[in-house]
Amino acid sequence: MKPLVEIRNLRAGIDGKEILKGINLTINSGETHAIMGPNGSGKSTLAQVIAGHPAYEVYEGEVLFEGENILELEPEERAQKGIFLAFQAPVEIPGVPLLEFLKTALNELREARGQEPVDTMSFLSKTRELAKEIIGKEEVIYRGVNEGFSGGERKRNEILQMRLLEPKFAVLDEIDSGLDIDALKLVAKHINEMRNPERAFLLITHYYRILEHVKPEKVHILYDGKIVRSGDYNLALEVEEKGYDWLLESVKA
Amino acid sequence: MPEEVQKEIEEVLSRDYEWGFVAPIEEEVAPPGINEDIIRYISEKKEEPEWMLEWRLKAYRIWKSMWERGEEPHWAYAHYPPIDYQSISYYAAPKKRPKYGSLEEVDPEIRRMFEKLGIPLEEQKALAGVAVDAVLDSVSVATTYRKKLEEMGIIFMSISEAIREHPDLVKKYLGTVVPPGDNFFAALNAAVFSDGTFVYVPPGVKCPIELSTYFRINAARTGQFERTLIVADKNSYVSYLEGCTAPMRDEHQLHAAVVELIALDGAEIKYSTVQNWWTGDEEGRGGIYNFVTKRGLCAGKNSRIMWVQVEVGSVITWKYPSTILKGDNSVSEFYSVAITNKRQQADTGTKMIHIGKNTRSRIVSKGISAGYGNNTYRGMVKILPSAENARNYTQCDSMLIGNNCGAHTVPSIEVRNPTAVSEHEATTSRIGEDILFYCRQRGLDEEKAIELIISGFAKEVLRQLPMEFAVEARKLLSISLEGSVG
Ligand SMILES: Nc1ncnc2c1ncn2[C@@H]1O[C@H](COP(=O)(O)OP(=O)(O)O)[C@@H](O)[C@H]1O
Ligand SMILES: [Mg+2]
Repeated sequence: MKPLVEIRNLRAGIDGKEILKGINLTINSGETHAIMGPNGSGKSTLAQVIAGHPAYEVYEGEVLFEGENILELEPEERAQKGIFLAFQAPVEIPGVPLLEFLKTALNELREARGQEPVDTMSFLSKTRELAKEIIGKEEVIYRGVNEGFSGGERKRNEILQMRLLEPKFAVLDEIDSGLDIDALKLVAKHINEMRNPERAFLLITHYYRILEHVKPEKVHILYDGKIVRSGDYNLALEVEEKGYDWLLESVKA
Repeated sequence: MPEEVQKEIEEVLSRDYEWGFVAPIEEEVAPPGINEDIIRYISEKKEEPEWMLEWRLKAYRIWKSMWERGEEPHWAYAHYPPIDYQSISYYAAPKKRPKYGSLEEVDPEIRRMFEKLGIPLEEQKALAGVAVDAVLDSVSVATTYRKKLEEMGIIFMSISEAIREHPDLVKKYLGTVVPPGDNFFAALNAAVFSDGTFVYVPPGVKCPIELSTYFRINAARTGQFERTLIVADKNSYVSYLEGCTAPMRDEHQLHAAVVELIALDGAEIKYSTVQNWWTGDEEGRGGIYNFVTKRGLCAGKNSRIMWVQVEVGSVITWKYPSTILKGDNSVSEFYSVAITNKRQQADTGTKMIHIGKNTRSRIVSKGISAGYGNNTYRGMVKILPSAENARNYTQCDSMLIGNNCGAHTVPSIEVRNPTAVSEHEATTSRIGEDILFYCRQRGLDEEKAIELIISGFAKEVLRQLPMEFAVEARKLLSISLEGSVG
């Protein structure tokens, strides 16, 4: 197994406030990792720093993707390398139809990789099909990106985008929040369908629920900007049963 | 190339001013300043008949008294240093000689923009004033269409020529929609207008091409005080396009054009503008002041006037294309997208004045502000007591990019007939770092992202433009917003 993503001693923050206090994490191709942790522990910050949000500052450390440090790259360059972030709170882009947005995005990715633009007709039918399956109605692709979408629809839309853009590494930030059980299963199904030996996932979540359906290889607990415990799927089960407090007690002890 | 085609092209090239976008070739420039002698000088240079001179002199006297009374407008949400009207030269013959020997000599910024807009190389040369040796495609296209227009009885020529060749038509309509005394800049224009365009479409004729689409190289050489008069006779149709997407520099800082449209019974006029005058530098130095009076008269019943404008350039724009809906059942639409970036200030909008019964108007205004730009929408809807069942719909959307720009909306609605209805909707949105980051995360660079967002925002307006211009205008919008976020 070769490492796809290696995070080494990453310290980062925003507005001079340190949030990530030395993260070390290696994810191999083919693996799915989960990061759990209480509110405010820095989960979204980690996701944003990996994706390259310009508001965050990196004080120390590296993020290697396929062996190359990506911290100096623009967000779009990271996307072109195959990094995808499903946002915790996806924004609305009024007036830009989802279909056009996705086609433009895919063609930009393809162009950066030296590939031909997609065939419009087959892209359209694929997008419609997936939209119907994932969001429940295909008309949404003609609406502005997330325009008038409910919270749940926005999350599903992130999954739709992931399916169409087919990244090598997908970070899913609380993709399960606000989804009912059927939606959760659907999201898990699509993640599972996409799993393959070339691809890796980082699932950020509060809850054990989604992990039940996805079954990650590794689970990490993030607390106050540090990974305080790593384990396998059973760690998630333990947290589910005993709560974070139990874990933090045992860490301090 | 077949010999006869070659010949035809040569013939067209050798009389390249005949089509009339450019005044006869002269070398002189009038001395700076404005007085009755200068007006006489202009009129004489243009070989105008006596009535035209009188018309100009009357306008000059109106302007002079406005100036003496301090009536230069300052109410627009725009700030600029006082203009010294005595330091301007009011007549300059167009340059026939190209300024440059090759494209390499042209300002790299302008060349970069040409490339981004995808303007063909030969057209780039012509636009920038480079000597052109190869044959322009559009010239032969122009010849074909010119013949066709003549056969259909459509008059399409410079206004100077029209004054000489069709004095009755010009006399009948000139100044009937925008009288010289209408406002300060209209008076100035009437006194000193250098040239412009005259269009007349006879009854029942549908003009088969977008006028000036194929002539944009000539059309780009617009003057400082242009005058346009378009008359669509009964049941005729014409679509006219002014300006072009290519950036236009000009040594004249003040531009004060007047456009008059007249639609008789059942006639339809579509007037589209793409304005990309030089904006000045980051500090606003050197940009064009664009003070334009554009007005249409739906004179006949069932007539229709549509304004479409894409305003990108100029450091100060002051412009309110308006329509007087006089004929019963007449319709007018106004679609506008205006960008202000850097230090640009735009004060634009429209006036819809409903007089006739069942008149309808629709206003769609999209303002985009970035940098330190200030964008003001100033709209007026006036429904007079005679306008039984009149309807107006106004939609006014603003988009802000960054934190230093401003958008202002100054609507005024006056409904004086109880059966009339006017609706107004307004929205404001902001492109922030988060929207941009979302797009970039999906693989779009900043420029592409802005192009996508802006064309989504301005879609309803861009859709109204002739196809080939819609694509260019869309690119133009995003180019002019480059580097404005973050
Ligand atoms: N823009 C910001 N400015 C200052 N502090 C922030 C900002 N964004 C997040 N934080 C703080 O950083 C910490 C981690 O936030 P976040 O990464 O969103 O946590 P999580 O996703 O684990 O809930 C929290 O204490 C939060 O208040
Ligand atoms: Mg979070």
